Amino acid sequence: MKNRWRILENKIFVRWLTIVSLGTMVLLLLFFITLFVSSWPAIKANGLGFLWGKTWDPVNNHYGMYPFLVGTLITSFLSLIISAPFSIAAALFLGEYYPKGVIPGIFRNVIDLLAAIPSVVYGFWGLYTVAPIVSKIELAFHLPAPGVGIFTASLVLSIMLVPYSVSLIRQVISMTPVNLKEAAYALGSTRTEVITKVIIPSNISGISAGFLLSLGRALGETMAVTILIGNSPALPHNIFSPSYTMASVIANEFTEAVGEVYTSSLIEIGLLLFVVTTIINLIGRLIIKRAIA
Amino acid sequence: MKHSIFKNLALAGVLAIGLSSCSSGGNSSDQNANADADKQLLGAGSTFGNPIYTKMFSEYGKTSGIQTNYQSIGSGGGIKQLMNKLVDFGASDAFLSDDDNSKCPAPVVEFPTCLGAVVLSYNLPGNPELKFTPEVVTGIFMKTITKWNDKKIAAENPGVSLPDMDITVAHRSDGSGTTFIFTDYLSKVSDDWKTKIGTGKSVNWPDGELGGKGNEGVAGIVKQTPGTIGYIELTYALQNSMVFAQVKNAAGNYVKPSIQSTSLCANGDIPADTRISITNANVDQGYPISSFTWILLYKEQNYNNRSKDKATNLVKELWWMIHEGQAQATPLNYAPLPPKAVAAAEGVLKSVTYDGQPILQ
Repeated sequence: MKNRWRILENKIFVRWLTIVSLGTMVLLLLFFITLFVSSWPAIKANGLGFLWGKTWDPVNNHYGMYPFLVGTLITSFLSLIISAPFSIAAALFLGEYYPKGVIPGIFRNVIDLLAAIPSVVYGFWGLYTVAPIVSKIELAFHLPAPGVGIFTASLVLSIMLVPYSVSLIRQVISMTPVNLKEAAYALGSTRTEVITKVIIPSNISGISAGFLLSLGRALGETMAVTILIGNSPALPHNIFSPSYTMASVIANEFTEAVGEVYTSSLIEIGLLLFVVTTIINLIGRLIIKRAIA
Repeated sequence: MKHSIFKNLALAGVLAIGLSSCSSGGNSSDQNANADADKQLLGAGSTFGNPIYTKMFSEYGKTSGIQTNYQSIGSGGGIKQLMNKLVDFGASDAFLSDDDNSKCPAPVVEFPTCLGAVVLSYNLPGNPELKFTPEVVTGIFMKTITKWNDKKIAAENPGVSLPDMDITVAHRSDGSGTTFIFTDYLSKVSDDWKTKIGTGKSVNWPDGELGGKGNEGVAGIVKQTPGTIGYIELTYALQNSMVFAQVKNAAGNYVKPSIQSTSLCANGDIPADTRISITNANVDQGYPISSFTWILLYKEQNYNNRSKDKATNLVKELWWMIHEGQAQATPLNYAPLPPKAVAAAEGVLKSVTYDGQPILQ
């Protein structure tokens, strides 16, 4: 009797797992289909020119998303580059040097807490604290000095990315096989050599996965970037120029968008953001595979 | 093992409850069969009007027992919700265009509830109070005037020492009624603006101008950066004690934006359907960048099996808003309706019917 119950229990459990995992896939597929159907009027009206059009003019129903695409890619990669050294350092500190203990525990929780701060708070903190500092830097370079722009947005975004990459990278680093490390020490390696020649190379796929996760977050981040990027759909002249991202234009204009082609064009941006994120993820995975092989 | 399965079942239960409560939330308008439901009204739209509407509905609810749930989802969203008959009334910062009006499933009427104004706020050393002509405002926002000590600005501001500084322009990046009012004004005072940029809730701004999200976003950029100018709602500027400019109106007077000078603009002739843009109004002491904000409802209230009681409750509440409710405006920095506008709004509400019979006798 008890055995039969346990078998049944197992069956229910497996069934549930299957339903949930299939459900996620179906949800993603439905998501894509819905976006595609809703953006069809815009795809018809705008044609392929939507991809490289540089004008966004809702008054005259003329739409091009090129500046938004450029802004999204620049801010995402720039923030990833800024955050990478800090993420690696924090992950090594917590995963290799001090994996246990009270103070590292506090440190770890503080980093995790960075992810719990609402992005609107990051946004306004950036606007009132970071932007004035960036403005002074801009003045020093004799540039227009509004403070908001690509650099400010990327800087704040990079802080937001740190907890995502650190939590994953710390775990893979702490799981480096001990015999590998001990072998390296036995050959007379210093700790620095163990880190650069053993720990990082042997965990390169996990580390890349951590960065890929945070890149996905950067591509989709909306609120903080919208507050800080300057929302100007022009191609940037330099790193301090105001710009605009795909997620920001949707957040800014969707609520008040009236008219079929206008609404639909914003949804088309959503569809393309989905496509861009997927492509970047696939490329990232390919690079990781190469790195392992 | 047993433990984890119960955990999963519990999780599934929570999910199911969550999903079912989500779906029942969307159907709440179907449940108005009983008398209690007749006392619950639902509105959606303008974020600009949200503070005053919330206050008005709470005051009215105290005496009438009517509960009004107002969702400030934006004017465009309010219009869509009304078109889909999901709300009893919509609220919008711009009246319906003829195009939108023809898309409604049944005739919609609209009337103004109060007024708002858009002010030009700036950040200059010493924060002098500046005077702008319409040409200067257009020039700054079209980037033909790029320095603060430009002759055109100096000519209108004798005695003010204007710095040799680049003008940084900030505008609202989110689609908003504020942008609509401002670009509507610029289109009226400048043909160049009308043909090159036009009127809209989001427009194609000249290159290099900054966009801030919401009044607080624009205000943030203006406060942070010397030499910046941006446009902001009057209510927000008053509440945050920001500096703003006087603007020369169509009558040729410089007028400081205020609740009084905004109200004055609406005391001209108003058409029976109240669909009028009052920006650049030719009123002696009226501030020219002013506008109504509207409430929209179906002219024939018998739709979706609505009861006559519900329709009557709705129209009575709206009637209260344009009369007793107006007392709430000034304390919240909104401009109340002047007598001529109230008369026009009364006419609109009297035209609302149930089964073809006027609701208000």
